[in-house]
Amino acid sequence: MSITREEIKHIANLSRINVSDSELDMYAETLSNIVGMANEINRLNTDDVKPTAHILESVNVFRKDEVKPSYSREKILVNAPTKESGCISLPKVVE
Amino acid sequence: MELYSLTIHEIAKKIKSKEVTIREVLDSVYSRIDSLENKVNAYINLTKEYAYISADKLQKKLDAGEDIGFLGGVPIAIKDNMCIKDVKTTCGSRMLENFVAPYDATVIERLELAGAIIIGKTNMDEFAMGSSTESSYFKKTVNPWDITKVPGGSSGGSAASVSCDMAFAALGSDTGGSIRQPASYCSTVGLKPTYGLVSRFGLVAFASSLDQIGPFTKDVTDMAIMLNAIVGHDEKDTTSVNLDKIDYTKYLINDAKNITIGIPREFLKEGLNPDVKEAFDIAIDKLIKLGAKVIDVNLDYIKYSLATYYIIATAEASSNLGRYDGIKYGYRTDKFDNLLDIYKKSRTEGFGEEVKRRIMLGTYVLSSGYYDAYYKKAQKVRTLIINDFKRVFEECDIIALPTAPNTAFKMGEKNLNPLEMYLEDIYTVPVNIAGLPGISVPCGFCHFNMPIGLQFISSAFEEEKLLQLAYTYEQNTEFHKMKPNI
Repeated sequence: MSITREEIKHIANLSRINVSDSELDMYAETLSNIVGMANEINRLNTDDVKPTAHILESVNVFRKDEVKPSYSREKILVNAPTKESGCISLPKVVE
Repeated sequence: MELYSLTIHEIAKKIKSKEVTIREVLDSVYSRIDSLENKVNAYINLTKEYAYISADKLQKKLDAGEDIGFLGGVPIAIKDNMCIKDVKTTCGSRMLENFVAPYDATVIERLELAGAIIIGKTNMDEFAMGSSTESSYFKKTVNPWDITKVPGGSSGGSAASVSCDMAFAALGSDTGGSIRQPASYCSTVGLKPTYGLVSRFGLVAFASSLDQIGPFTKDVTDMAIMLNAIVGHDEKDTTSVNLDKIDYTKYLINDAKNITIGIPREFLKEGLNPDVKEAFDIAIDKLIKLGAKVIDVNLDYIKYSLATYYIIATAEASSNLGRYDGIKYGYRTDKFDNLLDIYKKSRTEGFGEEVKRRIMLGTYVLSSGYYDAYYKKAQKVRTLIINDFKRVFEECDIIALPTAPNTAFKMGEKNLNPLEMYLEDIYTVPVNIAGLPGISVPCGFCHFNMPIGLQFISSAFEEEKLLQLAYTYEQNTEFHKMKPNI
């Protein structure tokens, strides 16, 4: 199983990551190796097996809908890369 | 004997009886950190000021005759992927280099409720992805038993700090072995609880169906104490289960009779270091002498664990790490042309190589055309592995395995080949896939004196069985008393 440079470019774009030309070969090689190892499982017949997403049996856990104080605006904005008038600011994205 | 070298149960008693003050205990552990940290690099950040404020508050309460909790005044370190209010939580990443947590993780609230003092945040592989702590953006932690070797990972800072008395205990997180493997490499006790036993609220997510928080301690008694502090239902984590609280210290019973241990011998052939194999065999003999019954068991699908793990964990990681977009918090690139450019450049500059590799792998196995062949297939094999364990636990109480196939490797040795690094998790990942609890206890040293760990695994929510067997083993061996000469 090998993943091509073109495929790496495609996956990188989906991942919102830039991969330089010099990194393409490295990622193609290491990802191919890992996927090659992961392919082991395709030897197994799992036609009648149900998939497990989660080991607990709980589904749709709800808490009571109660009004409680949230975090302060200042505390949250401390981490914003840029802010203005109590909001997170961004460069204009819509013309 | 220096205060810093004591265990939790010893120091807590001295504090309560006022033989020592909490400040003296803190002074002792911080002086230990001062003398070793430039060599060991276990911490990303110390919370000294805050620690001394807590110490004075607790001392005042104690002097006024009030209860300060069963961890009253005990200094504890926290892996830097757990949030502490108003303290930086970096996750070992440039992405979160300046992130200040707006709230406490539930485990932090619980530790502080029991009287613990948080002394600092420990180093880790970036976003907990790694087995050596070398992928941290900030520093490389060394193994206190040999400073040319890795401490294991991803909770390497926590393991190293406990092993050389730079903390009385520490919290780590374990997605595929990130508590047990470094515990084994550094000769501490390390426990990965059952999925759902400990709240993950405030733990930075890596792979949400596998992640679990657990302690590193100097002995099994301390492990029971730490577990008492952190378990329990939390409405902020919908996967935390609501069970009656039990006192784990009641199961510190020196008795292995009536315990049946299963050994999956087929799994112990390929790739297992002879020194580790020998230490494991000697440990099993010891347990037989102590009255345990040992049987062979077959886990037919366990050999597919690593493949299953790297599909599921990376798929979940690629989704979880989608939140780092350079907009709301975290690293944002300086120069960009448009919105897409902000995302891409911020993520490219903010994440390290291993994190990017796993995001891309996860994206690949979830992408159109590959979803069924990889992600869905892995979820099905996960079912087979879970059923395997269920079947075997009808025959035995505990499964025993080495914690890792090797002892700690040289720094830089496995960096070029990620697959080789992944193989160090071969005995730990099955436990996460099945959501089971696993404990690693020190069980010897290889011929060049690096620590070896013994792993016990039980059915879900049977931590008390693990603790009893681990305690029995520990009380009849001396390995946990050995300290690195650093």
